[in-house]
Amino acid sequence: MNNNRKFLYGHELVVQACLDAEAEVMYGYPITPTCEILSGWIATGKPSLQTEDEIAAGFAVCGAVLAGQKAFTASGGPGHILLQDGMSMAEGMRLPFVIIVGQRGGPSSGTVIYSQQEVMLACFGGNGEGLRLVYSPATSRELYELTRQAFNDAWQYRFPAIVLTDGYLLKMRSGINLAEIKIENVPAHQLVPEDKIVHWPNIYTMEEELNEQINLAQKDWDEISPPIAKAEILETADAEILLIAHGIVGAAVKEAVKQLRKSGIKAGYFRPITLRPFPKKDLDNLFMKDNLKKIIVIESSSGQLARIVREQLAPEIAVGFEYLQKPGLGIEVEEIIDFIKNN
Amino acid sequence: MPENLAKFCPGCGYPITLLMLNKTLEKLGIQKQAVLGLDIGCALLAWNFLPINTFQTHHGRVVPTMMGFKRARKNSLCVALVGDGGAYAIGLQSLIHAAKRDEPIMVIVTNNTVYGMTGGQTAPTTLNMQITPTSPQGNIEEPFFGPELLKGIVKEGAFLARTAVNEPKQLMEYLEKAIQTQEVGHFSLVEVLSFCPTNWKTVGTQTIDKLNGLKNVFKLGEL
Ligand SMILES: Cc1ncc(C[n+]2csc(CCOP(=O)(O)OP(=O)(O)O)c2C)c(N)n1
Ligand code: SF4
Ligand SMILES: [Mg+2]
Repeated sequence: MNNNRKFLYGHELVVQACLDAEAEVMYGYPITPTCEILSGWIATGKPSLQTEDEIAAGFAVCGAVLAGQKAFTASGGPGHILLQDGMSMAEGMRLPFVIIVGQRGGPSSGTVIYSQQEVMLACFGGNGEGLRLVYSPATSRELYELTRQAFNDAWQYRFPAIVLTDGYLLKMRSGINLAEIKIENVPAHQLVPEDKIVHWPNIYTMEEELNEQINLAQKDWDEISPPIAKAEILETADAEILLIAHGIVGAAVKEAVKQLRKSGIKAGYFRPITLRPFPKKDLDNLFMKDNLKKIIVIESSSGQLARIVREQLAPEIAVGFEYLQKPGLGIEVEEIIDFIKNN
Repeated sequence: MPENLAKFCPGCGYPITLLMLNKTLEKLGIQKQAVLGLDIGCALLAWNFLPINTFQTHHGRVVPTMMGFKRARKNSLCVALVGDGGAYAIGLQSLIHAAKRDEPIMVIVTNNTVYGMTGGQTAPTTLNMQITPTSPQGNIEEPFFGPELLKGIVKEGAFLARTAVNEPKQLMEYLEKAIQTQEVGHFSLVEVLSFCPTNWKTVGTQTIDKLNGLKNVFKLGEL
């Protein structure tokens, strides 16, 4: 037994990841299931502020990163909606804005711990094209790693980033040896420098000027998408059905696929780790041979992931779709197995 | 001197405030530390006007943005330029809390009694019975007094004042005091009564008369 192994809650791992990423400040407003990220960060003694609302938290993060400070916020549900205001400025000005989102049930105040219903909001919740990085961790370890990566990618590539998790993962405790995880930090830099004058608009008089900005951002996005987009893929070589899920539902599906294989069902597993950019090539490549007959998208929402999968899959790929959707509810391994066996 | 030509309407009050700000920064030798955050409203037109670091934010959001900036770079001089709508309507929550926490930022509010950028609609500062596109029968509300409201909230050492673009000496004096207030770590707000001939639909001396009339409602001076 390695004595560096610690039992940590998901929210503790998030705080540790932010510290290890050399984040300097958190701005936040309490909301379940992310309250413990705010209080946990404050307990470290690092600079922080509980703002008057999530709008202020979002724009304070924008101000901090403009000055060159690694900053972040955390929220979910109705608070995530308010953070889209600052996120939109971050998308427009390419600010390395980092949010940890703990999805809760919606619409409205919904429920407070769990859902996968904030996928569309995270990916496309701005008044733009959705050029923001969205990571969906399935395990505690991944929650830590992807939080680190969110800061790195945001500062390296200058796109805002969301770690899209949920209250189940944030409140789950698991053993982890952080000393094993080696990730180098991308340093912060001043976007408004002290030694030079910048004049930086985010509103344009000419439609052509805005169009040019969007095209430039899109070009960068297309360039960085292949190295950033990531998926976990298992048992696909001879699979006849492909199970697609993300986040902690992905972890349940992975286990289900193992068991289905034992009972002779040729199930494969595809889990997008990044929802934006989506690992499109990895998915398309699974259809080079024609073993796969059906895709089953499994999620705790009425089809937010399914929409992305259908939109991203190359149009020439002809494959049937089925869905296991439980909006706002967790999904157990057994019900996934039952669903597959009965379909 | 301005970096680029003003995009404000002819006769607008904004460039007067901005040039005075620049002159004050120059006089105090702190142009290099100055960072000008612009709210969305006619303030946005100043994005490349002055030879100092400048960026645009969102409508009502310049105060929390500059708070985040200032907390990150303590040796900067953070100025938030915002309209009366941005400050006292959509951004009021953040303004009150920034004042209450005594954030060491300097807020310049342009009070032109209307939403200039969007065509002269009713603002929190619109006078009673003033006619605007959204108050065609005349505004039924009383105007809003920002510095007076904040007076009961700010901490010792904060600076609150109101002046007008045609009071250059007082304007410069207050801007200088506001800068000094930030240098010793406190919040400041200077409201500036400002010309908006485009939406007031005034010409020549009418514009000046209208502004001078506003001084009877919005009292000039330190609070
Ligand atoms: C969230 C949001 N709502 C509305 C607008 C549209 N809008 C732009 S400027 C403005 C009003 C500006 O008035 P004020 O703040 O008084 O500034 P002025 O133009 O008079 O200087 C509005 C409503 C916006 N940009 N963003
Ligand atoms: S609309 Fe009014 S405030 Fe705006 S630039 Fe024109 S005169 Fe100035
Ligand atoms: Mg106005």
